[in-house]
Amino acid sequence: MKRILSVVVAVLGGLLFAQISEAKLNVVATTPDLASMAQAIGGDRIAVTCIGKPAEDPHYIQAKPGYIVALNRADVLVLVGLELEIGWLPALLDQTRNSKIRLGASGYVDASVGISPLELPTEPVTRMMGDVHPYGNPHYLLDPERGKTAARNIAAGLKRAAPAEAAAFDEGLAKVLTQIDAALADAQKLLTPFRGAKIVTYHRSFPYFADRYGLEVVNTIEPKPGIPPSPAHVTAVSDQIKQAGVKVILQEQWHERRTSDLIAKRTGAQVVVVPVQTGGDPATKDYPATIKLIAEKVAVALK
Amino acid sequence: MKIVLLCILLALPAGVSFAAEDSELDALKKQMLQMQQQMQQMQDKIQQLEAQKTAPLPAASTPALVPAVAWSPSQPITVARSGNAYMNLSLDAMGNFGWSTAENGEIRTGHHAPLERGFSLRSVELALDGAVDPYFKGATMLALALGPDGETVLELEEAYAQTTSLPWNLQVKAGQFYAAFGRQNAQHAHEWAFVDQPLVLNRLFGGDGLRNPGAQLSWLTPTPFYSEVMLGIFNGIGETAASFRNEESGDIHGGEPVDRRLRGPQDLLFVPRYACSFELNDTQTLVLGASGAFGPNNSGQHASTQIYGVDTYWKWRPVNAQQGFPFVSWQTEAVLRRYGAAARTTPDDPPGSAIALPGETLTDWGFYSQVLYGFRLGWVAGLRGEFVSGNSGAFDAESRLDRIRVSPNLTWYPTEYSKLRLQYNYDHREVFGNDHSVWLQLEFMLGAHAAHKF
Repeated sequence: MKRILSVVVAVLGGLLFAQISEAKLNVVATTPDLASMAQAIGGDRIAVTCIGKPAEDPHYIQAKPGYIVALNRADVLVLVGLELEIGWLPALLDQTRNSKIRLGASGYVDASVGISPLELPTEPVTRMMGDVHPYGNPHYLLDPERGKTAARNIAAGLKRAAPAEAAAFDEGLAKVLTQIDAALADAQKLLTPFRGAKIVTYHRSFPYFADRYGLEVVNTIEPKPGIPPSPAHVTAVSDQIKQAGVKVILQEQWHERRTSDLIAKRTGAQVVVVPVQTGGDPATKDYPATIKLIAEKVAVALK
Repeated sequence: MKIVLLCILLALPAGVSFAAEDSELDALKKQMLQMQQQMQQMQDKIQQLEAQKTAPLPAASTPALVPAVAWSPSQPITVARSGNAYMNLSLDAMGNFGWSTAENGEIRTGHHAPLERGFSLRSVELALDGAVDPYFKGATMLALALGPDGETVLELEEAYAQTTSLPWNLQVKAGQFYAAFGRQNAQHAHEWAFVDQPLVLNRLFGGDGLRNPGAQLSWLTPTPFYSEVMLGIFNGIGETAASFRNEESGDIHGGEPVDRRLRGPQDLLFVPRYACSFELNDTQTLVLGASGAFGPNNSGQHASTQIYGVDTYWKWRPVNAQQGFPFVSWQTEAVLRRYGAAARTTPDDPPGSAIALPGETLTDWGFYSQVLYGFRLGWVAGLRGEFVSGNSGAFDAESRLDRIRVSPNLTWYPTEYSKLRLQYNYDHREVFGNDHSVWLQLEFMLGAHAAHKF
């Protein structure tokens, strides 16, 4: 009798648990940084699915059918915005049949709202310029201050989806903002000695980073965004590195190293592969840790 | 004691020193020290921020705003741009140069395939799409092509609306559109991995694939993996429904096609499909599908055709791919057609030459299998092997003979908006023998580039 009772209790408990877990807010984030922030803000009140992998270029994620399923069940979609996801997200959204997360719906959370973008084109954009984003450079999460704006946008989105949990989300947000502030202070401390240092990056991914920490990006290995380097450009960049005394070449995990290594060999500059997204390195379990690790890697290389 | 404590508490804010017990004094001192430290920290922070402000660096923090400049005649007029427009507009053109052991018109498969010899422009596609309102998305694709004699041909490839917010995971698409049969049928020519249409699709669906005016209902099933059930219903008439009520169906069965109208819903063309997908791991994805197409044909008033197909698609791409490279993909489709040819007579031309053909089932089948290897940024090597065959019928249709084709190709994408493709075809046809063809294809795309489907 006791055994039966315990089984019944277990089953009921299981059902109850399933109910609770179903009651969780389903959040889909396009990149690991956003997923990390959402998870930290929402805690166990939300279930987060992240589409992009830490070492995956968010411009070029594949619109795998499996993502349709995740988006179909989402209450909230968090995206980087500024057309970073333009190459793949619209194809998925067309098939999700989920009106909660369509463009303009309350569950569609564009984390870039209010970040004051850099590199806004001042003239009509043509593809002669390569893959220029017409709304400004989308790599703003490398600036923790703008990351805080993104966190606030995410919290606002979560509150719209679950107003009853507003207090908890506010609490989560406050905690995240404090963590980001602390990470930023650490990063500032690490990079302040190198203010004004000149760097070269592979893609135009680091303007916000450079702006925040007072570094100067003198050139990119790609002659234009998304356009592979030509031998002439490699020579030009190498000359520039020598003249300007550039010590580091920063690149993300998804760019080939051949060109950077070649330039490094010619010039003596050091190639630093930066795990720019949360989880890109075993040590970066969340967004604040990522901020700190990136600063550490760059500071070590600049020494 | 209580009174003393109360007094201390009251006196604290005013900062009045108060003679009290040692322990309380210590606590106070500690508090003061903490406050002092905090003040110092704040001052440091202010200094730090000030230093940042005054640092002689390009102050990019204030974004340059797009200036509102009056339009001048030398400026391009922006009609539409992705993301912020009512309509996305794009134009895709593909030009070819080729040479073959076969004459023009002999071995080509597909309306968009290059001519065998010389220059050809077989697909200039204008695509318009956008959100109609909160309930529908709309799309139209118009395709222009230059024919072998230099004439311009305009086709309405697709024009449809698709719902965006139906309940219960349903979606409806209505208008003229490519039927969801297998993988390649619904793709436009510029999305193909080879310059020509696979033999089996060409033979069973015609040079332009299976597309017709109709409607499709699809349901995303509530499974943990992607799984979708679709049912398309079409008129099933014309050259874009080659195995059904098609005026040219004599090429298949040898008889004189009958004039067959829609008498009831049973005369419509039904195209069911099931597709599912599994992520094998972070780098490998598998998509499986099964499709059918069931409808009347015009070999007789009560004749019908059944087509069955299965398709698989597997793709490997490392997580840290650069702009989607490297990758390996493998796509295979196998299709079987049972064409129920009614008892019929051959055309009476010249008069008195007509012969009666018995009612029979003409069975055709075929498959293609293609592997693509994106071996470095922008470069893709491809290999496709194909076979088609048909049983023997009362009429020896040239269009039903066995055929084997092997096509290696190499494509270079300078960017995702342009490509250069070199392809060789080894083509073996029963009775006619071997042919060899080589093509060079150039594609360019202008305007809003639609997001990539998987």
